Amino acid sequence: MQLARVVGDVVATRKDPALVGLKLLVLQPLDHERRPQGRRIVAADAAGAGVGEVVFFVRGREASFPFYPAEPPVDAAVVGIVDHWSAEGAAPPPA
Amino acid sequence: MIVGRVVGPLVSTQKHRKLEGSALLLVQPLDDRNRPRGSVLLAVDTVGAGVHERVLLVLDGRAAGDAMRRRGAPVDAAIVGIVDHVDADTGQAQ
Repeated sequence: MQLARVVGDVVATRKDPALVGLKLLVLQPLDHERRPQGRRIVAADAAGAGVGEVVFFVRGREASFPFYPAEPPVDAAVVGIVDHWSAEGAAPPPA
Repeated sequence: MIVGRVVGPLVSTQKHRKLEGSALLLVQPLDDRNRPRGSVLLAVDTVGAGVHERVLLVLDGRAAGDAMRRRGAPVDAAIVGIVDHVDADTGQAQ
């Protein structure tokens, strides 16, 4: 999974029927120091996330798993909202 | 699978129900000389790894779900082992 900040949402009236009812969020991926990293993407929300929150998301086939038995055509899904994390191990380990 | 180093734990109270009870760790992928390679990613920990430990990671949803014993869990990365050592020529696959 990857870290991201929710920076917006997408409204689409005409869409695949399996997407009806899904909330679509615009994500800015973040690195472990909360710096923006890479391009924004749109993800389906499976965690009740909203704009401004830091979340983690899954990409690929697994992105549709939260919506089982429905199989919406999505390739990214937010699966959790981040409370906090520690990155103390980002530096090389003590010798 | 790849080898990475545990950067630290991540806490998430509100998450998909199939992730409840799962430990989440940030992991830095490593190259064959133990140098950071690419971006830090978030993985479910199924073996009880600690900060700074070198771990074996699966980067596949099906394998990750299998490791969690939860088929269909919405995850794409899981820690499935703690590395004691890697014995390989540098420049070869890990």
